[in-house]
Amino acid sequence: MKKEFSQNLGFFSLFLCMAATLLVLGSIIYFITVRGFGVLSWNFFTQVPYSAMTKGGIAPVIVGTFYITLGAIIFALPLGLACAIYLCEYSPKSIMANIIRISINNLAGVPSVVFGLFGLAVFVKFFGFGVSILSGSLTLGILALPMIISSAQEALVAVPQSIREASLSLGATKWETIKNIVLPTALPGILTGVILSIGRVAGETAPILFTAAAFYTRGYPKSIFSEVMALPYHIYALMTEGAHPDKQRAIAYGCSLVLLFLVLFISGFAIFLRQRKRSLHG
Amino acid sequence: MARWIFRRAITPIMKMLRFKEKLYKWIFTILAFASLFFLIGIVLVLVKEGLPIFQKVSFTKFIFGRFWYPTYNPAEFGILPLILASIWVTLGAVAVCVPLGVGSALYLNELAGPCQKAMLKPIIELLASIPSVVFGFFGMVILTPFLQKIFHLPTGLTALNASIILGVMATPTVCSIAEDALNYVPNAFREASFAVGATRWQTLIQVVIPAAGSGISTAIILGMSRAIGETMTVLMVAGGAAVMPHTFLEPVRPMTAAIAAEMGEAPMGGNHYHALFAIALVLFVITFLFNIIAEIVSRRFRIKLGLSG
Repeated sequence: MKKEFSQNLGFFSLFLCMAATLLVLGSIIYFITVRGFGVLSWNFFTQVPYSAMTKGGIAPVIVGTFYITLGAIIFALPLGLACAIYLCEYSPKSIMANIIRISINNLAGVPSVVFGLFGLAVFVKFFGFGVSILSGSLTLGILALPMIISSAQEALVAVPQSIREASLSLGATKWETIKNIVLPTALPGILTGVILSIGRVAGETAPILFTAAAFYTRGYPKSIFSEVMALPYHIYALMTEGAHPDKQRAIAYGCSLVLLFLVLFISGFAIFLRQRKRSLHG
Repeated sequence: MARWIFRRAITPIMKMLRFKEKLYKWIFTILAFASLFFLIGIVLVLVKEGLPIFQKVSFTKFIFGRFWYPTYNPAEFGILPLILASIWVTLGAVAVCVPLGVGSALYLNELAGPCQKAMLKPIIELLASIPSVVFGFFGMVILTPFLQKIFHLPTGLTALNASIILGVMATPTVCSIAEDALNYVPNAFREASFAVGATRWQTLIQVVIPAAGSGISTAIILGMSRAIGETMTVLMVAGGAAVMPHTFLEPVRPMTAAIAAEMGEAPMGGNHYHALFAIALVLFVITFLFNIIAEIVSRRFRIKLGLSG
């Protein structure tokens, strides 16, 4: 009897933990949705900000986020893919591969603000790119690298060994096998990983604080060497800078809602794809 | 004739192919070292830009100095208040995310049916992707006034606020990793426990949790590592006062917040600039140690359960 009671009590408390987690995180989404929804309008998405950031829309901000994210993926994808191919196909068990694996794990654990400092010292100052889309993209690309490598690796490992062997036995070389057989098979998995890291990169703020972001730029970014407004930084800046905190707060709600749903949608899509693939392949 | 064709036509093609193969292998090998290259690059940059501050203040005075007045004249560069603030906020976050995260993981693993599990796991993963700036924003606009009201504080931007938000933020991560660890516990362990008459709860407490213990510890360490390195949330909700923390109800300034807030104003190449890089170096070393410990613990865990490294 006592056993049963303690079991019920224990299981109930575990249920409470789960419920609390979902409730708290759900309430964050709920509050931002409810309060931010009123701000959204067609103009909010299509206009540039004006009247000292208290009126107008966030079109250039969304465009800026898009550019920075795109740049980061363009930089990180080839590097990450090459690294994953090396680790899975060429040299899975060597000492060098182990060193690379350890450095990937540690790179993944570096705090995001440290990436920002690295970008500031190297891309902004040393290479002289200045505070620009290019600097921000490169910085975010390094941050995304471990994520892309590990998801690409997962996709490559999932390719059955037998079809590699079939290709090799027909006389294809290693590279031909990788190019024609392994990569096309692993492509959906790799894309899923890329989409997941897009979601993550789009929401990162600390690395672009000193490398790319500006509170206000006139109109849209003109080249890869111009400063940009980006959604995550814009939320921070609206809450901490500027002359009209009360009026800016409404726009900050709108930005948070847009960013939240952008990221949730992108990540949700990737998770959905992966889930479906897993259930298809057992 | 055949030999002639072989020598003049096929051999060069084979050589070409072999060369191409080697070339590709080299390209991939070189590109694969990018992560190591960047990691070393980060260390070098932090050391190069951070070390000059130690010509100004001694290492012990920098770490254990109780006053952080980088813009005063004469300036004081003691980062003990910042380090303590980081530690406080991280421990506070652990107090929130360990019960929630590990509890949820246990629920998912032991109690949730297959259907519930198939639904909850992706949701948890999705929640892990919410950007930190959104958490910070939520903390500023919702939690801050709330805390201010219930504790009658002059400001709601406190260590407590930062701890709660960071803890909530780390919960999905801790939950996912801990759930993976619980999955690795072989079912035979559970069955053996049931066979000697233990209830499900006793099995969970006395068999499953000890077996997954180091896996769960890995989850907690990684959660801590994420919390101590988190920037935007603490920058927005911790309040930003660089003084020695006394209670959880006062504003504090963790290391990450100091770097993010002050880098914009620090004159390039000045003492303040170098001091901020030195803080980043300290932060890097701390998270590096966390990751190494997590790695060692999780390797031990795998060996214990007889899984391959």
